[in-house]
Amino acid sequence: MAENAGVLTNKQLKKQQKKERRAAWRRAAKNQKILLILSVPFFVYGFIFCYLPLVGWIMGFEHYTARGGLFGSKFVGLDVFKKLFDDSAFWLTVRNTLAMSILNLVLGTFFAILFAILLNEVRCLPGKKVVQTVSYLPHFLSWVVACGIILDTLSGTGIINDLLVKMHVISSPINFFSHQTWFWWIEVLAMIWKETGWNAIIYLAAIVSIDPSLYEAVAIDGGGRWARIKYVTLPGIANTIIILLIMNIGNVLNAGFEVQYLLGNDVIRDYSQTIDIYVLKWGIGQNDFALGTAAGIFKSVVSIVLIVIANRIAKRYSDTRLF
Amino acid sequence: MAEEVLSYNKKRKHTKGDRVFTICNTVYMVLFLLVTLYPVLNTLAISFNDATDSLRGGIYLWPREFTLYNYQTVLSQQNLVTGLWISVARTVLGTVLGLLVTALLAFMCSRPKYLLKKQMNLFWVITMYVGGGLIPVFLLFKGLQLTNSFWVYIIPGLTGAFNLLVIRSYMEGLPVSLEESAQLDGAGYMTIFARITLPLCTPVLATVALFIAVGHWNSWFDAMLYNRMSPQYTTLQYELMKLLSAVTTMNSSSGATIDSMKSSANAVTPTSVRSAASIITMVPIVCLYPFLQRYFVTGMTLGAVKE
Repeated sequence: MAENAGVLTNKQLKKQQKKERRAAWRRAAKNQKILLILSVPFFVYGFIFCYLPLVGWIMGFEHYTARGGLFGSKFVGLDVFKKLFDDSAFWLTVRNTLAMSILNLVLGTFFAILFAILLNEVRCLPGKKVVQTVSYLPHFLSWVVACGIILDTLSGTGIINDLLVKMHVISSPINFFSHQTWFWWIEVLAMIWKETGWNAIIYLAAIVSIDPSLYEAVAIDGGGRWARIKYVTLPGIANTIIILLIMNIGNVLNAGFEVQYLLGNDVIRDYSQTIDIYVLKWGIGQNDFALGTAAGIFKSVVSIVLIVIANRIAKRYSDTRLF
Repeated sequence: MAEEVLSYNKKRKHTKGDRVFTICNTVYMVLFLLVTLYPVLNTLAISFNDATDSLRGGIYLWPREFTLYNYQTVLSQQNLVTGLWISVARTVLGTVLGLLVTALLAFMCSRPKYLLKKQMNLFWVITMYVGGGLIPVFLLFKGLQLTNSFWVYIIPGLTGAFNLLVIRSYMEGLPVSLEESAQLDGAGYMTIFARITLPLCTPVLATVALFIAVGHWNSWFDAMLYNRMSPQYTTLQYELMKLLSAVTTMNSSSGATIDSMKSSANAVTPTSVRSAASIITMVPIVCLYPFLQRYFVTGMTLGAVKE
């Protein structure tokens, strides 16, 4: 009898708890009415502009025609991808994208770290401020302006040719944009010029958070400036460097297209075009929406796989992770 | 102890290795300044130099034959002037609206008791990693009749996951008790948002505003993609890009065009017009960013390390 009563009250208790929870939820919902109502447009907006384009991936699997539309065109399975993977021009763009991405990643990181460490060692405070302020400037210029500047600098009458001729390295100005393999380096130099100061911010922040007593210890042990850098600064920012490198692995197919599009020309096309330019050229230029979409899907899928792998590695090395 | 270290440091300053280091470092910094600034200053000099004279080369930091004609040409070209106004309009409108909408979204996503908090955050974080790609987006905008209109610059870019995360993580760092006490005083969510959270978020809002504004001001690709057929809606950067491609094609087809341009007196070249237009597009950014500099370093660090 007593047991029975206990069970009953337990059940009743659970029921009551459920009721209470529901009541609490209702109270919260009533309290947050405005937040919940406002959520609706945000979800709708995000759905339309971020998720709806994903439906367009169907195009990569059909003979898309404007008249048939997304759901009326003929479904052809992986035919479009076969066409894409048989196109040697596509693989050239993959090669170029990877080459420029990896060069950007390695050299961009190197110069950003070098700049951050050396800037940190500058003793003259006003000088340090001036250099730092100036270093951000190119980041805020558009690529159109930056590429114009780069074209001027490398042109026949530009400063580079001018210097080379005056130092008798070359007898007449070189056209830098007619040598295919040079393009990758020009692109990387452009990137370094524009982003070194900006990329250094994160390393500078890491350096600032290093315990100053470590530097004192180096000084007491008789270490000079080199020892400071080698034994304190570099190990102090090693984690940041590793994490940023890992995080950027996922972006290796995103070499972008702006610089390549703006600086490239027909002579060096085989070395300047990236996957994004391929998508643009076929998708928008030739109206082959299916092929353009397929190339886009290829890029996204590879990127996501790389991000997941990178995230795993990042998790193993430290607490920082992407998601 | 500290004095000992100080005197030690002073002594160390005079060792040979340190002196070499200081000299090398100074040289590096001066070179860095030169490499960063020279190309910009050179463009400035070319923009003030007579166009035909510039073709001879040898303009460094100072114009040889000073003229304002390049700027006159830029400001008399209808497409460039229209582009300038469209750029100004999209930057102002896009930044104000984008900042407000993103701040509101971040406010919602950072409310600890908000019932849809988890779902909403996930919903937006996913968009950082998966996107439809260029073609589907292009077709979507076409379907929504956003192409060939001014609104294609504003509506699709109203908010985004990256700026949302930056603002949200700042808002999460604000003391909760402030909001609670306001609630006790009878303030609703919107009052808290407008009267408490927004004013407290000034640093991060300034950062994000700068990011959004620079993004709007500098973008040319959307103008090319969506408004190529509507010259009344193209932006300054896109018009500049057309000048740039005129130079690129001139470079590869070499001298012929230059010679024909030399013949007419008081002529302009694509290069000189582009230099002047480049300087005009640089002015707002160069004027604005020193004021916001102290903010964006924080914003950058916040944005790079996500939870």
